[in-house]
Amino acid sequence: MLKIGVKDLAKYPFLTEAGEYLRDTGLSLEQLGHSDWKPIVEKAYGRIVVASSGQIYNSDLDALDNDSELLSFIVAIILLKSAGMATLIKRFSLAESRRAERYLQQDLYASREKKNLELPLKIIRDIFSVNVLIDNDEFVIKIPDYVKRSVHFHEKEWKLVNRRISNGYVYLSAHETVRLIRAELGEYINTRIQSVNISSIPESFRQRVQDLVALAKKFSDTTFVSSEYPPCVKHGIEVLEKGENLPHSGRFLLATYLLSKGQTVDQIAPLFKNAPDYNERTTRYQLEHISGSSGSGTKYQCPSCEKLRSESLCFAIPDCNGIINPVQFGKKRKTS
Amino acid sequence: MNEKNTLFVESAFKEYYFNRFDLIHVPQKASEREFGYQKFNSGMTRHLVIRNDKELRLLLMKEVPSDVYCSNAYYSFPGLPMAEKDWKGADLIFDIDAKDLGLPCRQDHTVFKCSSCGHGIIGFQPKCQQCDSTKFESVSTTCKICISESKNQVTRLVDVLTSDLGIKKEEIEVYFSGNEGFHMRVTNSDYESLGSHERADLADYIMFNGAIPESFGVPRQSNSKVSLPSTDEKGWRGRVARKLFSSKSKAPKISKDIIANGHTTFQVQLDEIKKTMGVKIDPKVTMDIHRIFRLEGSINSKSGLAKIQCTDLDSFDPFQSACLLGDDSVDILVDCPTQIRLKNKKFGPYKNEKVSMPKYAAVYMLCKGLGNIL
Repeated sequence: MLKIGVKDLAKYPFLTEAGEYLRDTGLSLEQLGHSDWKPIVEKAYGRIVVASSGQIYNSDLDALDNDSELLSFIVAIILLKSAGMATLIKRFSLAESRRAERYLQQDLYASREKKNLELPLKIIRDIFSVNVLIDNDEFVIKIPDYVKRSVHFHEKEWKLVNRRISNGYVYLSAHETVRLIRAELGEYINTRIQSVNISSIPESFRQRVQDLVALAKKFSDTTFVSSEYPPCVKHGIEVLEKGENLPHSGRFLLATYLLSKGQTVDQIAPLFKNAPDYNERTTRYQLEHISGSSGSGTKYQCPSCEKLRSESLCFAIPDCNGIINPVQFGKKRKTS
Repeated sequence: MNEKNTLFVESAFKEYYFNRFDLIHVPQKASEREFGYQKFNSGMTRHLVIRNDKELRLLLMKEVPSDVYCSNAYYSFPGLPMAEKDWKGADLIFDIDAKDLGLPCRQDHTVFKCSSCGHGIIGFQPKCQQCDSTKFESVSTTCKICISESKNQVTRLVDVLTSDLGIKKEEIEVYFSGNEGFHMRVTNSDYESLGSHERADLADYIMFNGAIPESFGVPRQSNSKVSLPSTDEKGWRGRVARKLFSSKSKAPKISKDIIANGHTTFQVQLDEIKKTMGVKIDPKVTMDIHRIFRLEGSINSKSGLAKIQCTDLDSFDPFQSACLLGDDSVDILVDCPTQIRLKNKKFGPYKNEKVSMPKYAAVYMLCKGLGNIL
């Protein structure tokens, strides 16, 4: 059986084995409240602050004692749960997943001797149900396992057409293999944190919990919005204005986009007047259906840029960089 | 379709459904699928549950639908409204249609039918020669070239599915769609759980959509190392290499040119390769995980031909094998400016004339809107 040491747990403190290890030490939450453990609480607080600023918390696994690395993760979770700020938990999960990602990548890459690969591959298999195989120094996974994850990335290099493929498998580097499961790693850590129940915390934790509540308030986004339509919507409107036929998918884009911008069915319906097959009743019925005011009540969302690209309805311009849905067009974060 | 035509076509369909029980079966996992049907001049009835061949035949005899559909998806409760069905998975499906292949032959057999007087002509005209109306509907018929080019696409799709996606040949079923192309269904458990988004990426892969030079070894920065794929590679990298280096002796020069011309030019080359080598499937069909897809064995009301499985694609002739209606003679008034070939017999062109022809051909004309029963 694979032996997971404390150094491994310091790298991957979210593993269930970490809980078992702590249980074996017999340490209780009450004991952690004692001033002797203050350095751990501070370390935990620091870990959250670093994470919330978008940085990755760095551990020196060779120099430091690994127990405190592991403990600071646990205490960080206690602090986060007590503060109850969702934005901090999200940021922490993301940063911790980045940190674990770094170790996973190192473990995958450092040496491809079977022995060293056992732990990272086991983590990937057990937590994310992805079987990673090795073919001549490269990592391969089944295409369905790949696309289920890659479709969440927006860089073109992740499209299946841009990957090396053979017989139902995708070839990946160590870095790409780990990148592929990053989001799930974040989610996994997030779920682990959510599932923790804390009834009361030691008095010595209180100050840091309050500090976290104050910290979270810094992260509310302000955005400003331009009134310009994205090029795909402009194109649709132009086609209709010329009295040409816009395919169903293009009409759906216009309707969902304009509805999402707060326009009403009454305001949108006249737009379709020039369509060669215009029928006022049908148009209204369909718009009402899309808006969720009739039919099943489902309010349809504007299709993603990815989907529009597949349907040849995307006419991206430089201003489209960084958006994944037309509704985001023209929105810029004031803070960034 | 007018009432007289409808009654005639319905009776021909009913006769087929009655006589050819042997060809009409529910697909596997039938009880987990949603069925639907349409009657002539009427809307769609869907969310039906049909558990076996017997129930299907009962429906066909009772309703005599113009078209019958069955979901590619499996549900826990296929008979409930969409939101409550509980989606469990779906076969991968593909639609290859001759009208999407950009074939030059299309203009020779696409009929422009005047919306007001019904007069049909080949080739677009600004107004009807008979009544001056400017509104036309186009009626497409299919020729040998359309079918052979569609078959070509099917063969290429099978190649991508088997050698790239790892799907076994026996997991792929190829059908003539009953009108102008082919349908394919893949039953492979690895792929059935994929959602719409994932299937869109598979469709892009198959169509060679979205390829970037970086993935084929041509970096954006001109000073970075270029490493082009080799012809023995699998997947699109190999296909692209075999296309670029079709002649071995010229390969070094071609490589040199690619490197000299750089990223932007290579992107143009990839886009060209997409046009000639990408498989021309309809992506909307492949990415739809709730679609009700024409049922095999049923008749397509756009033509009166049946959707049937092709076991040997090369020798398959839809105008022979999918033409399954009766052949007793029928009198019909036809206005069909192009020639139609069915069961090795030629029909037309006809200029608004009364013709006696076998029932299968008469139904074809009526379904295409090119004739009226007398």
